[in-house]
Amino acid sequence: MLTCKDASRLVSESQDRPLGIWEQLGLRLHLWMCVNCRRFEWQIQLLRKVLRKSTSDADQDTRGPNLTPEARERIRKALSERDEHSH
Amino acid sequence: MESNLDSPERWVEEHGNVLFRYALVRLRDEHIAEELVQETFLAALQARERFAGGSSVRTWLIGILKHKILDQFRRESRMVATDDDESPGYEDNCLVENSFSSAGRWSATLSDWGDPEQTMENGQFWTVLQYCLDHLPKRLARLFVLREVMEGGTEEICKELAITPTNLWTMLYRARLGLRQCLEQNGVSTA
Repeated sequence: MLTCKDASRLVSESQDRPLGIWEQLGLRLHLWMCVNCRRFEWQIQLLRKVLRKSTSDADQDTRGPNLTPEARERIRKALSERDEHSH
Repeated sequence: MESNLDSPERWVEEHGNVLFRYALVRLRDEHIAEELVQETFLAALQARERFAGGSSVRTWLIGILKHKILDQFRRESRMVATDDDESPGYEDNCLVENSFSSAGRWSATLSDWGDPEQTMENGQFWTVLQYCLDHLPKRLARLFVLREVMEGGTEEICKELAITPTNLWTMLYRARLGLRQCLEQNGVSTA
């Protein structure tokens, strides 16, 4: 019988590698009986989902955050110096 | 409007903020993000002749930036690797030990989060998640973002960072345990 510690580790690993058949069976059996581990599974799936979605939303968000004017100026300067050298 | 490859001075205007946001959400550090944006533009300037067209200038720039971000992850992981090599960090080892009793049961009941995207105000879950990422040991947070957001396959990550798969799975497990615990302590639940 898997402990919660074993089962949660398998839940996590199932996000990163395919589980073997016996691992899957053992885990399913444990999850069937254990509400805490079922919640753990739901929660880490949610972590992945929200992290991916929020990151791609942030990529699309045109409101900011933006480069500070100072950083912008610094980059522009570095760029034009390098550009002159290359000519 | 598509920027002209011949006018790099306009790149900052047209693409600077987009690149900055891309780096910031993945690295969670403004200074490093600024630095990598600058490095990206400089690298692009040098490689200008090799730009094949076909994709937009922005896609091309983001491709370069992505490599810079991966380099940054690699550099940082090498830095901490010298501290404790492959042995688990003290702090995050406690994370696992404290989560379970000696018999391997959860030491505290996990609460029912329901579907926070439904129950929490817009973006609130994400705000707490960002807070928790910032409070995770840095190496774990980096690895988690690399795996979940940069879509690094596990084999690829292991090769890049020179760690074993078992080591990677252990660290991702700790990251997930740490994040869920932090989220719960900071009010993510349906209760």
